[in-house]
Amino acid sequence: MKRRVFTALLIGSAVGGAARLLAAETPNEIKVAASKFEYTPDTVKVKVGQPVTLVLTSFDRIHGFKMPDFGIRTDIIPDQETRVTITPQKVGTFVFFCDVFCGDGHEEMSGTLVVEA
Amino acid sequence: MQHTDRRDFLKLAGVAGVTFTAGLFPGRHAAAQAGDFHFVQFSDTHWGYKGAANPDAEHTLEKAIVTVNGLAQKPDFIVFTGDLTHTTEDGKVRRERMARFKEIVSALTVKDVRFLAGEHDAALDKGEAFKEFFGATHWTFDHKGVHFIALDNVSDPGAKLGDEQLAWLAADLKQRKTDDRIVVLTHRPLFDLVPNWDWTTADGAKAIELLMPYQNVVVFYGHIHQENHHMTGHIAHHAAKSLIFPQAAPGDAPKRPPPPPFDASLKPLGTRDVTVSAKITFTELPVTKA
Repeated sequence: MKRRVFTALLIGSAVGGAARLLAAETPNEIKVAASKFEYTPDTVKVKVGQPVTLVLTSFDRIHGFKMPDFGIRTDIIPDQETRVTITPQKVGTFVFFCDVFCGDGHEEMSGTLVVEA
Repeated sequence: MQHTDRRDFLKLAGVAGVTFTAGLFPGRHAAAQAGDFHFVQFSDTHWGYKGAANPDAEHTLEKAIVTVNGLAQKPDFIVFTGDLTHTTEDGKVRRERMARFKEIVSALTVKDVRFLAGEHDAALDKGEAFKEFFGATHWTFDHKGVHFIALDNVSDPGAKLGDEQLAWLAADLKQRKTDDRIVVLTHRPLFDLVPNWDWTTADGAKAIELLMPYQNVVVFYGHIHQENHHMTGHIAHHAAKSLIFPQAAPGDAPKRPPPPPFDASLKPLGTRDVTVSAKITFTELPVTKA
């Protein structure tokens, strides 16, 4: 499959998770696949203070990825990698969800980012 | 017509719920009002839904219509604030549901009935089927001195009004005086009710910014399947109950939970009778008729 790489330019978050243009110092990557109506995995564990890049893909249709606590949202376009880099500054659990209506089950399409000490 | 009269005849009709009076239209004096009137808001009927959240889903809408047809004083008009039908990815089924919905609501004895879309109706085809059955997705009309504006925040699957519609809204508002009475109808909350549940409109703040210079604005919406009352500055936002199933209270959990078990004793479903005068007063009408 021909895959293009899409880099999401995102702005910093309310909880201090600096999300920014992916740079050369790319940290750990975690792949998250979106499909109707789930993210795989739906729980993502990261360490506080350590940058991490979420590599978002979709194989069925456009989905959304929104994490209000981090001020992040992006489309996930099929056959592209959408990369979101964050550096969480606060321990806790944070919700992400699809904000592009994708069908019956859209409302249940969500996941959790767990930031551990 | 006085508010007390409205409450009296609703009680006589046996359908009165809790009456909510908001200090709306604060910038207008009573003497300056045109004739008072009332309208009824239906919301989130989700025709086509089947599930445990409403064991009587096939009849709830019809019961609500009987209730509204039985009002002692007929409303001037009726508005449906979206999610007329439950979503389906099959365009043929979507149209069948819309056709059946339209057939059912034709039993309303009030014939001035206006429709907004919800994301279940319009987000998967950008409003194409909705427009075939119900016309435009954003529109205005004037009634007895009140300017009504229907905004579409659902045809865009990302829950945006979009720049084009915002420009249309700005152009419409330019024709209004700052003390005109304005009622905005929409499906999703224009403000950030619960961002983590996606109970918001992506660019709703831009609409509120456009409305803010106007002193007498109130917003009626649906989407969250329950009453909710919120102020953004002097602008009041009132969410309506659904006619299919309730949703959890805003922010009750980090993630939006599934609909709670159906409990008829809570009277979770209903319509709303809105009286417009110097103030707006509304009464929730539970689904009570067999």
